[in-house]
Amino acid sequence: MRQIADWIILNLFGVADAGSWPYSWLVYLGMMVFAAVLAITFVAIFAGPVTWVERRVAGRIMSRLGPNRVGPQGFLQWLADGLKNLLKEDLIPDAADRPLFRLAPHLVWMGMFGAFVVLPFGAHLVAADLNVGLLYILAITSLVVLGLLMAGWASNSKWALYGGIRSTAQLVSYEIPTAFSLMVIVILAGTLSTQEIVRAQGGWPWDWFVFRNPFTFLAFFLLMTSSLAEGNRVPFDLPEAESELVAGYNIEYSGMRFLFFLFAEWANLWIMAAIGTFCFLGGWQIPGVSPDAIDALLARSHGWSWSWVGLQALSFAIFAIKASWLVFVVIQIRWTLPRLRVDQLMIACWKYLVPMTLVCILGVLAMALLIPQGGVLDYLIRGLMMVVGGALVALFLWRARVNYMLARDSYRKMEGRELWFPPYRLV
Amino acid sequence: MAVDFATVLIFLAVASAFVAVALLLGRFLRPKVAEPDKGSIYECGERPIGTARFNFNPRFYVIALVFIIFEVEVALTFPVAVAFNHWLGGGRGTLAAVEIVLFLLVLVAGLAYVWAKGDLDWIREVRSDGEENR
Repeated sequence: MRQIADWIILNLFGVADAGSWPYSWLVYLGMMVFAAVLAITFVAIFAGPVTWVERRVAGRIMSRLGPNRVGPQGFLQWLADGLKNLLKEDLIPDAADRPLFRLAPHLVWMGMFGAFVVLPFGAHLVAADLNVGLLYILAITSLVVLGLLMAGWASNSKWALYGGIRSTAQLVSYEIPTAFSLMVIVILAGTLSTQEIVRAQGGWPWDWFVFRNPFTFLAFFLLMTSSLAEGNRVPFDLPEAESELVAGYNIEYSGMRFLFFLFAEWANLWIMAAIGTFCFLGGWQIPGVSPDAIDALLARSHGWSWSWVGLQALSFAIFAIKASWLVFVVIQIRWTLPRLRVDQLMIACWKYLVPMTLVCILGVLAMALLIPQGGVLDYLIRGLMMVVGGALVALFLWRARVNYMLARDSYRKMEGRELWFPPYRLV
Repeated sequence: MAVDFATVLIFLAVASAFVAVALLLGRFLRPKVAEPDKGSIYECGERPIGTARFNFNPRFYVIALVFIIFEVEVALTFPVAVAFNHWLGGGRGTLAAVEIVLFLLVLVAGLAYVWAKGDLDWIREVRSDGEENR
């Protein structure tokens, strides 16, 4: 964003040196507000439709229809839900601590939305490339924990308090494996800046950190597991376990205030997928195009450069496809696995995930010392890890095929023709 | 640098303002029908018994303590992890790796202590005399 602001100052105002121009802060401020509004729009148009996608996937997995009344195939259901919550009466219990009760949704939203500052959406599409990016994400998302605890305590309800305390214990516990598996990336990239981490990788799969060596491959799965817990997703959705806690920390909330908790949770889905993408899956890197070339394009262009716009759009599309794929996997996991018990949750974190991430860090350190980067052995290991990754995808497809063969006749009746796979669609 | 961190401030302000504006907009649209039962706490349809501000399972606080120790360790290890790559380039990689490993070993010792003490187990055995088994 900074480069774009400098470009605007250069081309619209004809000032070459932004630092000495007295009005450059106005342009920067305008760009910041613009970026924030753009990001909030993105959150809204991501979180809304993804609820529809999730409910359709749930319906598909559970052999039922899912929402299909409002709009074509029920696509406008999320708008109807939002409107309903806006028009619903806002209730605050008499016994509640009113200021804290009102403050809690703000904190949850700020903690969630703060992470969007450093998420790299494209080659130059980042609100601010902080030099402490990854540490900043870990720090700012802790505000969510504070918000949930505040919501639970301020409600003065036993269910809410249980939910709030449980989610705090869960979120703080799983922050440790998340931080440790991200440390693997920091050791490899040598920087905390999110853009620099993407640049340390490459466009082709063998340049991605996930295939760098066996330990990063393991760290990717550990990160996704612990961020499932960070995002309160099944199998770690204990804070709002409907069957035991009714709804958890948000039980006394209604209407719009209630919606903001869920809103933040859906947006969190994108943050989790984005972190996995830019740390391990190469982020926005375009295969065959070096990031320096995109930089040069912006620096060189006096005026409008279509090739720069095209490359930005392409890098954003690549990032969005990778992240959406992860979101889709997470949604499928939600409707596939049962919920853990509290003791299993804590054991899974402290006795399995934390030691495994520590082993990953030691392994990556040893690999970095023993195997020189870019050597034959290095590329051999990368190739091997790609074979393992490919084998996992092949296993997934093979299982789908087995499932198809088990219920072949009913699928044939449903679709009226022979298929290779169970019909994989939302509508 | 100031510009980058100002962006964080703007983002937080916009997020908070978004929540506030949506709630304010709803205030003009939504109904407000006063009814004493609406102000009561939900407790499965019964009248709530007592307050919710009661003593809580101390196991949660043990987890919180362990978390703080680990989180401080994480915050201190991140800068060393950043430096590792530069040291590796300068031919002092082994030294940096040994430093990180020593630092992590202290952490592992702490984890082992908590583990052996049984504080990571959510469900504890209770002895016949009613005391918790350690």
